[in-house]
Amino acid sequence: MALSVGCTARPGNARDNKTGSWRVFKPEIDSEKCNKCGTCMMICPEVCIEESDEGYPEVDYDYCKGCGMCAEECPKDAIEMIQEEK
Amino acid sequence: MLQIMEGSHAVAEAVRLSRPEVVSAYPITPQTHIVERLAEMVADGDLDAEYICVESEFSALSSCLGAACAGSRVYSATTSQGLAFMAEVVFNVAGMRQPVVMTIANRALGAPLNIWNDHQDSLFLRDSGWMQLYAEDAQESMDLHFLAYKAAENYDVLLPAMVCFDGFILTHTYEPVDIPTQEEVDSFLPAFKPYQRLDAKDPISFGMYATPDYYQEFRYEIHAAMIKAKKVLREVGQEFSETFGRDYSELVEGYRLDDADTAIVAIGSVCGTIKDAVDEMREAGRKVGLLKIRSFRPFPYEDVRVALSGVSKVAVLEKNISIGSRMLGAVGLEVKDAVGKQGADVYSYVGGLGGRDIRRKDIHKLADWAEQGRNDCFFGLREELL
Repeated sequence: MALSVGCTARPGNARDNKTGSWRVFKPEIDSEKCNKCGTCMMICPEVCIEESDEGYPEVDYDYCKGCGMCAEECPKDAIEMIQEEK
Repeated sequence: MLQIMEGSHAVAEAVRLSRPEVVSAYPITPQTHIVERLAEMVADGDLDAEYICVESEFSALSSCLGAACAGSRVYSATTSQGLAFMAEVVFNVAGMRQPVVMTIANRALGAPLNIWNDHQDSLFLRDSGWMQLYAEDAQESMDLHFLAYKAAENYDVLLPAMVCFDGFILTHTYEPVDIPTQEEVDSFLPAFKPYQRLDAKDPISFGMYATPDYYQEFRYEIHAAMIKAKKVLREVGQEFSETFGRDYSELVEGYRLDDADTAIVAIGSVCGTIKDAVDEMREAGRKVGLLKIRSFRPFPYEDVRVALSGVSKVAVLEKNISIGSRMLGAVGLEVKDAVGKQGADVYSYVGGLGGRDIRRKDIHKLADWAEQGRNDCFFGLREELL
């Protein structure tokens, strides 16, 4: 993203803001344990978990801030928060 | 046309001739006469502008910021407590790169409450990203407004500007002022062409948030624009002198400085008093000169270095106090940095705070002190009160 003069932004610009850089803990989904209930997709405040072709949840790490709500709410404990090395 | 007029009214004339489309200000001593006169002009149909009445200085500058983003040339004026109240918006205007021009009728900051002149108010916002120009007399107070608009609106700059002139000393005194015609001003300062603006058909937002990944670069860009403003101000000043015959092509001005051993450095109206004192000292055979700094932001350190290259002692007269700093004054810090270790000895002498008169004999004393190598200190302190 090129800098604008006066920090201006056009509609839809939130997409340019890759909030994934804020993350300390990264959610990793264990598809062995996941029963595709979809709770994590509904609960994600960043709306960055989408359904894959096989029906499993898939995290968009460009935007996932690592808040951990998905891991907390997962009824199958299929999501683990792992500290990232940066 | 030469006319005897009050400094505030000269500034109001300058604003009228600059054709702002929106004026918003909140009256505060000693700025009041400017905005009262502008309100009259709008009411009488002499100035075709929207005059937005507001309940505070915060709202005044916010209105101006919004109107500027919408593509208008705007104007405001304030001082002291009003400027302090505006501070949040002051930074936003610079960050959103809006060429707002605002007059500061310099006045001391409370507490204790004081309505008289010093430079504490504008200098505390020296890091805000606004250009700061300081006037010596009514004529310069007027002229700097034309320069400020033209430089601020230049696409290499796009930064707001404060035109600072001393409360009461200039705002409330009468001097002859050469008022240009509307045609002359129009040819120097054409209609405002905004770089970008709010438009419902092509929507943008100004001053959006920037994460740690971007914020630093925005601050860098503001600084880079301020550095470019030095060249632009000189060019605009040169053009001004060709059009109006008064020379503002330099950001500093030397007075009897060429063969001086000792220099007094100052900003604002006190430079007039210093010129008289310099004349007296010259008559007594002393090699003393004055360096007046017209632009404090951007700070023309190269010009200051060259101007002071021949002197051995420098007394910076400070009508401000940077509390807790070693050098006491904000101007001295910059001058000392500009002169460098190889150059003259630079001393800050703080005085004239809260409107205390600075007299010619004070200037003589400061020249003595600098020659004796007396360290940074206050002058004119009433020791019996301490």
